Amino acid sequence: MSALTLASLRAAGQNSPEPVERALAAAQAVAPLNALISLDAEGARRCTAATDAPLSGVPFVHKDLFCTRGLRTTCGSKMLADFVPPYDATIVERLAKAGAVTIGKANMDEFAMGSSNENSAFGPVCNPWDTTRVPGGSSGGSAALVAANVVAFATGSDTGGSVRQPAAFCGITGFKPTYGRVSRYGMVAYASSLDQAGVLARSAADCAEVLQVMAGHDPRDATSVERPVDDYRAALELGVRGLRIGVARPLFGAGVRDAMQATVHAALRELEAAGAVLVDVDLPSLPLSIPAYYVIAPAEASSNLSRYDGVRYGHRAENAKGLRDLYGRSRAEGFGTEVKRRILTGTYVLSSGYYDAYYRRAQQVRRLIADDFARAFAGVDLIAGPTTPDVAFRLGEKTADPLAMYAADINTVAVNLAGLPAISLPAGFIDGLPAGLQLIGRAFDEARLFAAGHALQSRSDWHLQLAPGAVR
Amino acid sequence: MAIETAQLHHLAHLARLDLPVAEEQRLAQDLNALLGLVAQLQDAAVDALTPMAHPHDVAASLRPDRVDEIDRSSELERIAPLMQGGLFLVPKVIE
Repeated sequence: MSALTLASLRAAGQNSPEPVERALAAAQAVAPLNALISLDAEGARRCTAATDAPLSGVPFVHKDLFCTRGLRTTCGSKMLADFVPPYDATIVERLAKAGAVTIGKANMDEFAMGSSNENSAFGPVCNPWDTTRVPGGSSGGSAALVAANVVAFATGSDTGGSVRQPAAFCGITGFKPTYGRVSRYGMVAYASSLDQAGVLARSAADCAEVLQVMAGHDPRDATSVERPVDDYRAALELGVRGLRIGVARPLFGAGVRDAMQATVHAALRELEAAGAVLVDVDLPSLPLSIPAYYVIAPAEASSNLSRYDGVRYGHRAENAKGLRDLYGRSRAEGFGTEVKRRILTGTYVLSSGYYDAYYRRAQQVRRLIADDFARAFAGVDLIAGPTTPDVAFRLGEKTADPLAMYAADINTVAVNLAGLPAISLPAGFIDGLPAGLQLIGRAFDEARLFAAGHALQSRSDWHLQLAPGAVR
Repeated sequence: MAIETAQLHHLAHLARLDLPVAEEQRLAQDLNALLGLVAQLQDAAVDALTPMAHPHDVAASLRPDRVDEIDRSSELERIAPLMQGGLFLVPKVIE
């Protein structure tokens, strides 16, 4: 079997039970990847959708941080190991209404904190291209399940690259919308000014179809923007003739492997051959994005995760000797090491005497980075570079050195700080492992990203290559 | 400025997060390494810039001030670790 796409599923016959049964069997077949936290075969078989719904009968998985009514939502944490939400996230509602069928919940780094999916309380996920390597994170389970040909698409969330980086590591397409384009209602919060729901699929065309369903204003999320959603499907046919793509030198900077630079430049030449105009642009403050991100994200996380106290839901320590003991032990037992690290970091940078030096300073640098993008976009329509400095690394390779793990986020976090949309597209292979091209757009210019992604994928077949570990 | 054990204990208290003694040294090392990384923020020429708290400089949208939440207390009771008579139970606070 070739790569699963929405088109291939439709060709196989919409609304037959076959796609769901096939996905359930495929999920079992790739169980050693550890990409799923919960499989919901019963729920999936119960789903019936109108045949005219846009994603009718299409099986998929949700990253396990979207609240699903009646289906446990763990966030990859012991803290929420038994949490069964009493409500659905807005995007869960929207995808269900569009006829898509959830077959389960995908593994992820705990509370979306990580770049390798090694921080999950449910164990690490393996990359279908090489099971000794990480799938990326934090949406590692989602990426692995699409790459393994179990489902045609999966939801993810992207706070500092958590959709784009695993998409790049797993050889698939990952889309991070503009901040505010998709509702965050029911998406477990990590860093609220950076978090945005996204989609992982084979192709830009499939991401466009799924985002069309997910996007739009939601009165239940005050940060969701009241602005019409463009016709993404129509945008696919716009092409790239005359489109100005800024090749951002710092995205090809120190730490980016030579082979990655060459591979991504070759993919950009395909876009040039399709009519795009490549020009150099600078993002001089890019190196500051890592320190700014690793102040702002932990600060917001320390605040957001204060809600886990063992009282209303989630893990509760036994035999507590008082309320302070209940809080301290419930949180110590429920959270993993990386989450604790970020909570303590966030507590430090927000604490009395340090706020101005760290948090306020990081917010000023955030402005600097956003201004860099604004200047660059004055002369170009899109900005391009490698999604990651290198291909997927080995399991365990960076776990002992958190800073080395953080440093590898250099090409993705600035996009979140500025709140922009971006797509990671398969761009070729290095030593048999996938490389990703990242295109960044102006705020709310998702359509142009889809147009460019589709133009590249109309001229290449990197996105259709199946991993050795994929179900055929 | 390096984080010492006493300060780590203070942070852990503020965060209501008990730290096993065995993890303390490693966590202090990690936090100090991170502070070394973020120290580069101090050299950035940003004094004149307005801090950016949010990607969009627009006011959050408001919805009408009316009650539209339904009563979910029975559902919330099912997921609460300890509840009685509609109340969340915690260890005794006042003797």
